[in-house]
Amino acid sequence: MNSLFPSIVSRSQSLGLMNFFVPIISIVLTLITGSIIFVLLGFDPLYALYTFFISPISSTYGISELFVKATPLALIAIGLSYCFKNNIYNIGAEGQLTMGAIFGGGIGILFHDTNAFWLLPLMIFAGAIGGALWGLIPAILKTKFNTNEILTSLMLVYVALFILDYLVVGPWKDPFGYSFPKSRPFSESGRMPLLFDGLRVHFGLIITLFLIFVSWFIFSKTIFGFQLKVSGYSPKAARYAGFNQTTLVFFAFAICGAFAGIAGLAEVSGPIGLLYRDISPNYGFTAIIVAFLGRLHPIGIIFASLVIALTYLGAEDAQLFLQIPSAVGFIFQGLVLFYLLGAELLINYKLTYKKLL
Amino acid sequence: MSNTILNIENITKSFPRVIANKKVTFDIKKNAVHAILGENGAGKSTLVKILYGLLEPDEGNIKLNNKDFKVNSPAEARKQGIGMVFQHFSLFDSLSVKENLILGIDEKMSYSDLENKLENISSRYNLPLDLDAPITALSAGEKQRVEIVRILLQDPQILIMDEPTSVLTPQEVESLFVTLNALVKEGRTILYITHKLEEVISICDTVTIMRSGEIIDTSSTANQTAKTLATKMLGQKLDDLKTNYGHIKDEVNFEVKNISCDFNDPFLTDLKNISFQVRVGEIYGIAGVAGNGQSELMDILTGENINIKSGSITFDNKKIEKYGPQKRRDLSISFVPENRLGHSAVPDLSLSENILLSQFPKNNFIRNGIILKNNVDDFANNVINEFKVITPGNDAKASSLSGGNLQKYVIGREISSKPKILIISHPTWGIDAGAEHSIRESLIELSQNGTSIIVISQDLDELIEITHKISVIYDGNLSKPFKTSEIEIEKLGLLMGGKNE
Repeated sequence: MNSLFPSIVSRSQSLGLMNFFVPIISIVLTLITGSIIFVLLGFDPLYALYTFFISPISSTYGISELFVKATPLALIAIGLSYCFKNNIYNIGAEGQLTMGAIFGGGIGILFHDTNAFWLLPLMIFAGAIGGALWGLIPAILKTKFNTNEILTSLMLVYVALFILDYLVVGPWKDPFGYSFPKSRPFSESGRMPLLFDGLRVHFGLIITLFLIFVSWFIFSKTIFGFQLKVSGYSPKAARYAGFNQTTLVFFAFAICGAFAGIAGLAEVSGPIGLLYRDISPNYGFTAIIVAFLGRLHPIGIIFASLVIALTYLGAEDAQLFLQIPSAVGFIFQGLVLFYLLGAELLINYKLTYKKLL
Repeated sequence: MSNTILNIENITKSFPRVIANKKVTFDIKKNAVHAILGENGAGKSTLVKILYGLLEPDEGNIKLNNKDFKVNSPAEARKQGIGMVFQHFSLFDSLSVKENLILGIDEKMSYSDLENKLENISSRYNLPLDLDAPITALSAGEKQRVEIVRILLQDPQILIMDEPTSVLTPQEVESLFVTLNALVKEGRTILYITHKLEEVISICDTVTIMRSGEIIDTSSTANQTAKTLATKMLGQKLDDLKTNYGHIKDEVNFEVKNISCDFNDPFLTDLKNISFQVRVGEIYGIAGVAGNGQSELMDILTGENINIKSGSITFDNKKIEKYGPQKRRDLSISFVPENRLGHSAVPDLSLSENILLSQFPKNNFIRNGIILKNNVDDFANNVINEFKVITPGNDAKASSLSGGNLQKYVIGREISSKPKILIISHPTWGIDAGAEHSIRESLIELSQNGTSIIVISQDLDELIEITHKISVIYDGNLSKPFKTSEIEIEKLGLLMGGKNE
């Protein structure tokens, strides 16, 4: 008789090519599971999937919206990959995004009646600084006090959100805003330029593509990228090589924070145009899925950000046309992550049923 | 026969490339402390793992109380009356002593039953325990006590202790011996695995000596001395010695002076006042049984640990004890730690990428932070060709190589940068005979070209074959050096067993 529960045994050889298929397999399985959910809810699965995944991007406007959503996701995800490659689990990108929006947005509010070419670059710079500083807090705690960065970075998300909350109902409240919890709008030169008339896709996309390219270069060509990778694979080997791990932790957090901060600033100076409470539909958390779905690779992250952005759009359309709560979008994101982790496990390990005596 | 509890007959167990137990046969008397003495790799652990149901023998049989004894798991072994206390404890740190005991026993028991039983055990065997203390708050000796009590709760006839004193303070050792004596008086039998000669003579009644998987001798300890035990444990190793001292210069280029280091960790060995000198072109060997401070010393020599309490390391007239690994490499010091996978090489990276773990100033692998891939690949190809590493190419993952090939590659990487001194730990550990031979040859050749070498190894044959001088490390102390060509094996054995006259 075999035992009821399998035990997990490491595969001696990992299946090289499968690494490439993992994201694809998990997306296919997500679609299958999604159809089952739709059937159970009493919808025609094909129509539901169409509404969810095809109709949102069947217009130019839809495609522009896809890029609007994918921009922050890709930018944060590529930042996160600096941490994840180094085995640092920064879960707090949402907080770093918020802090970037506060710093950059603060400049925007300060110069709300200034129109000058330097305003937007200054805001972007401030956003990067804000995110980086917020990211450095868990880095300091980790290296000095050996705290777990998962907890500290996550808790700092809520601190950042409350600071934003305080600012928009308190000192930064728009004096002409009828007491709504929002700031003054930024001046025209404090806004991300739009790429096409009438569409919301903005200059943040160009910044994102540029930073993804830079990151690709760093990961594959520089000794810094190599050090991140080695210390992620094996801290002991990194110590043997003489890489300074404290420095690496600081850099990873600072870069990730800066990218998330720029993403936050791009949101408030792009589609939003001012500061208010809900500047991000959890982009900072969802980007974690994007980073892993893209296998921490720049090209992979571009595709993954588009797929996940689609779940945001699909959820809105599903709510409109099928009267399904938009939380279904989160279910799809969760399913992707679930299948991704599952497939990953099965690539590196196999299940065996031990013989019982 | 009535006073024999365990008959071990013709036990053979082989692993790929090595026979760990060869027709092992001996009897263990009831009501006694029976020692199994041997170097690392002599086959002691394999044998007790078979007794405890962790390994299955290929051949042979075991009789417990004249009945056939065959177990497939530690739980069965415990049911039959054999308990084991491992060198590394398996306790839940965050739980209390009581909770650990309840979890660790096979049958169900209420807390009140447990407490009654414990009171009995504690007083009878000198094993006082604070039941409510969390494990984290205990010293190594107290943790060991918990392990022993856990086994005693199941009333074993035979108790296997694996190197029990390695993590204890001298006072704790004393109190352990009191416990062991009490256990034997009660009619239990203790199987005592050790490499410490002194302990064998002071508390064991009978000793079985193992060497390379075979039983050398089983006899009463009454007519043994540390010397006779040491000779039997090590055997004759001085057969064909052809050490060449001609090329060694008088000039000392590496000197360690009075290095001391405290770790405050029962599983690490504090280093005590270690000093030695290496001359240009000399191969200096550090022998010793595993766990006597070798890896701690290695970390200090490589610069991976620079938190020493006192002492200095001088290389080419520079004080380097505060230098990290890269700064030492910049001075042309090169190192190969014991573990290939995950320490001197990253298994998931390609052979080419693994070159970058160890960069010397003249390598020219990096310009302005950018990796010069062609230079790195050329270097990797050179190492592969020169050291005859068998691999499909420099883009193969390090994990795809056999142990011997990867070790040749790692050592080749270090040698190719022509270091002034190479510090290497266990150069041929766990690799095939062919690779072993070629690595030893390259080390000898390297020293003849003027590189000093420090070799830390448990393999005495290896040290005697390649080194010019040997010191022995025991419990964090390093002995004075002996010229390899004039060495007395008996003296080495005594030092390795902790006897220094």
